[in-house]
Amino acid sequence: MHGMHANRMRWMLVAIVVIAACLLPFVLSSYRVFQFNLVLVYAIVLLGLNILTGFNGQISLGHGAFYAIGAYVAAVLMDQWGVPYWATIPAAGIVCFVAGFLFGLPALRLHGHYLALATFALGISMPQILKYKGLEEWTGGVQGIVILKPHAPFGLNISQDQWLYLFTLIVALLMFWLAWNLLRGRIGRAMVAIRDHPIAAEAMGINVAAVKTLTFGVSALYAGVGGALGAIVVQFVAPDSFVALVSISFLIGIVIGGLASISGVIYGALFIQFVPNIADEISKAAPWAVYGVFLLAFVFLAPKGVAGFVQILWGKLLNSRTRDTKRSATVQS
Amino acid sequence: MEAFLHQVFSGLANGAIYASLALALVMIYQSTHHINFAQGEMAMFSTYLAWAMINAGVPYWAAFGLTVVASFFIGMIIERVIVRRVADAPVLTLVVVFIALLVILNSITGWIFSYTIKVFPSPFPEQPLFGPYISSHEAGVVGITLFVLLLLFLFFRFTSLGLAMRATAENAVSSRLSGIRVGWMLALGWGLAAAIGAIAGMMVAPIVYLDPNMMSGILLYGIAAALMGGIDNPFGAVVGGLIVGVLENLMGAYVVGTELKLTVALLVIIGVLIFKPTGLFGRSFVTRV
Amino acid sequence: MLSKRVFRAIAVAAIVSGMIAGCGEQQQQKSADPGVTDTEIKIGNTNPYSGPASAYGTIGRASAAYFKMINEQGGINGRTINFVTLDDGYSPPKTVEQIRKLVEEEQVFFLAGTLGTPTNTAIHKYVNAKQVPHIFVNTGAAKWADPENFPWTMGFNLSYLNEAKIYAQYLLKNKPDAKIAILYQNDDYGKDYVHGLKLGLGDKADSMIVAEVSYEVTDPTIDSQIVSLQASGADTFFNVTTPKFAAQAIRKVYDIGWRPLHILNNVSSSVGSVLKPAGLEKSLDIITAVYLMDPIDPQWADTQAVKDYKAWIEKYFPDGNIADVFNVNGYVIAYGVAEIVRRCGDDLTRANVMKQMASIKDFEVPMMLPGVKWNTSASDFSLIESAQLARFDGAEWKLFGEIVGN
Repeated sequence: MHGMHANRMRWMLVAIVVIAACLLPFVLSSYRVFQFNLVLVYAIVLLGLNILTGFNGQISLGHGAFYAIGAYVAAVLMDQWGVPYWATIPAAGIVCFVAGFLFGLPALRLHGHYLALATFALGISMPQILKYKGLEEWTGGVQGIVILKPHAPFGLNISQDQWLYLFTLIVALLMFWLAWNLLRGRIGRAMVAIRDHPIAAEAMGINVAAVKTLTFGVSALYAGVGGALGAIVVQFVAPDSFVALVSISFLIGIVIGGLASISGVIYGALFIQFVPNIADEISKAAPWAVYGVFLLAFVFLAPKGVAGFVQILWGKLLNSRTRDTKRSATVQS
Repeated sequence: MEAFLHQVFSGLANGAIYASLALALVMIYQSTHHINFAQGEMAMFSTYLAWAMINAGVPYWAAFGLTVVASFFIGMIIERVIVRRVADAPVLTLVVVFIALLVILNSITGWIFSYTIKVFPSPFPEQPLFGPYISSHEAGVVGITLFVLLLLFLFFRFTSLGLAMRATAENAVSSRLSGIRVGWMLALGWGLAAAIGAIAGMMVAPIVYLDPNMMSGILLYGIAAALMGGIDNPFGAVVGGLIVGVLENLMGAYVVGTELKLTVALLVIIGVLIFKPTGLFGRSFVTRV
Repeated sequence: MLSKRVFRAIAVAAIVSGMIAGCGEQQQQKSADPGVTDTEIKIGNTNPYSGPASAYGTIGRASAAYFKMINEQGGINGRTINFVTLDDGYSPPKTVEQIRKLVEEEQVFFLAGTLGTPTNTAIHKYVNAKQVPHIFVNTGAAKWADPENFPWTMGFNLSYLNEAKIYAQYLLKNKPDAKIAILYQNDDYGKDYVHGLKLGLGDKADSMIVAEVSYEVTDPTIDSQIVSLQASGADTFFNVTTPKFAAQAIRKVYDIGWRPLHILNNVSSSVGSVLKPAGLEKSLDIITAVYLMDPIDPQWADTQAVKDYKAWIEKYFPDGNIADVFNVNGYVIAYGVAEIVRRCGDDLTRANVMKQMASIKDFEVPMMLPGVKWNTSASDFSLIESAQLARFDGAEWKLFGEIVGN
């Protein structure tokens, strides 16, 4: 039937993308692998942010803060206590989950613009907190922390860049799979219900407070995992790496990619990674202006995000291929 | 004691700066229910227009008036050409549009006018009239801010146009059915907000010097002030601004030191919001189900 | 039906992989000196052209304009300079990405004039591991002069640390019982100056420094900080602020009736960009350490260096602000780069570049203070180590004393 064909096509596409992603480090140069590694890192963070903002309706303009916390957890563990890099990932995730959950508690009282301000305040304060004299012993203060790049395990004959990319890919696939399961299940539906109709959701017996704070925690966990990976890939953390602009970029990522869309985060990650470079190539005099124009262009052409745009194309494609008079399959991503 | 008073007055002066921008934010919120993140950059751009005019020999008040009018039209054009296109998109898409406007204005201004700071004249006398703690210009800023506040209050409360704008933001469909030209209300709201922003920018520039990044710090505090005071209440926004200004100074000077001043000030603001989620003077909403 | 779908899927996969492979570059040709051909030398640079630090982007543009002039005059030893400068937005992860692009994809000969401390820290290990000369690093941090651990890195500016020590020596000699208040920007630049002053004052640091207050670049004004500092009863003010805040500080200090011995850091000593906006009368008697010529300072107006500079900016960099000393910074760096390339002659290898950088003896450079010369050796990787104190007399920086440092 129509729905099943569309489903199968969708899974095949996913498989193709995953296979291409695995092959990528072996056909591209080290520099490009590094760039795509960052794309994966951002995709994980955007996934977390999308869970919170897209699926649960809680706006966050400060996810850069959780990204920073995750990065610093990884850096401090590796630098001060020699923890192996792979162990810092779950550590960062757990610390950020707790941080996100704790932030989510008072955030229950705030909605819309007020929550936006509160999260933005968090994002803006993070560099100042990281620079704080009292924490300098661990954070390295303004000088930051330099991290060593890991080597491939088991003596595999691949470069550090390639290994790091594959490691990030494995983590990313895991995080995507977890998110997909979460969102498909009961909690995911509860999240969406809260976003669309909080009062009805409560009336139906959903523990709104619990779901919202848990969502905040999960979202922060994702940002923290991304942050830890990002720190290892860049091999450096400093307060200047986590300015407010980072949080704004993440928001731009999920909007451009597509709110409440898992595939959207990939598009969003590609956008925030590559478009600034393209803008720089177009104009040295005012690259930020060019970036702004790109933002406007994407928003005008695809107001529901690239994922929404792709969905429309996909629908048209499917429609034109069958002679069915049934309604076109809308693929839920 | 002297230093304490000085900090308080200096805080009030800073607070007036935040309040003046906060009023522009209130304007845009009252008419569209959106917070325009590009309001600061629009104000900054307007100030550069004024500077260019003054530099070319135009007398101060003429440049002032021309700039306010020009900003009004620029605001309207932005609404009609850019914001209108994404009117049906989710709220966050609009936020991205505002961010786009912000970066475009910032970058273009830097490109055209370069980043070296420029002196912007003040219409107020040099000599301090109110004692050593506050300059005449800073006192003037407070005065102008209160004046604009009064105008806004009267406009929204007592004119039919103001009512029409508030209705449009509250419920566009009903407003349209009542005969209100919704499109024009929105454009008007943007125009007025841009005009108020221009005034704020021209008041602020003599104090902080004119450069493309003049408004970035002020915007944050302006938004915080407006929200803490109640985004739908111009009086609340001004009080919010003054509180933020004084709070920030006192925190920095006496409580936590300047290394954590920003963090703690924001924490206090968030704290206020948690206890009064719609701001100190905002209206609380009761939703009917 | 199904096999058709599968076939199509495989075709798509093949196309996609092909596209990705197409993006991939060939393995880099191993050559003795990447970035050098018979006609061109490629040099890499990162600067913040976007974001909150875009004010410094003018430095990269100034350097590019200088190379434009060099190229139009025939290049160096028959080769043109291809100055590839990329935007990093002052974000360390972006700097890492752009530097990797310059080194691995653009294959530049060397990197010059990269700006910012955290940004350069992020790539410090990388460029040394790749053995790419990382010269004229454009920040005042002291860590770029470490030939033992980082033999491929050399800084440009007089380090903030050394500059602050000059101020400390001056105070110890001329005002040993000074009560010092410090206003500093809360980042590496600010903290380096404070640290340097304390090092220079030695044991007396704790007794002499009575107040230390910071600000963030997001602060709209620093009035509150100035008020606090005045209240501390200090009679000496060490002003470690960037141009906009320096102007605010100078004006506020004057307006509140405080008349301390005012020491201003070199970064903000521009007459046109700082003192004029603050008010020339309000800037009277401020002291700073000078090592670059201010292009609109009247005392240098008749020197050949300033005449050449003005001609250059008019022809090759008309968008540049003549009063902005940042442009002098970019100009001097580019001059230095051109000189090093010239000195390499036909031995255009990276090793030779570092060798030339480490053998500079008493080199006088236009737009630098006469008497401040460049000196390096295999163990001394500090390019500029000296400066002279100057006092502002309302119109120009009047030099006094003698050149201090090495």
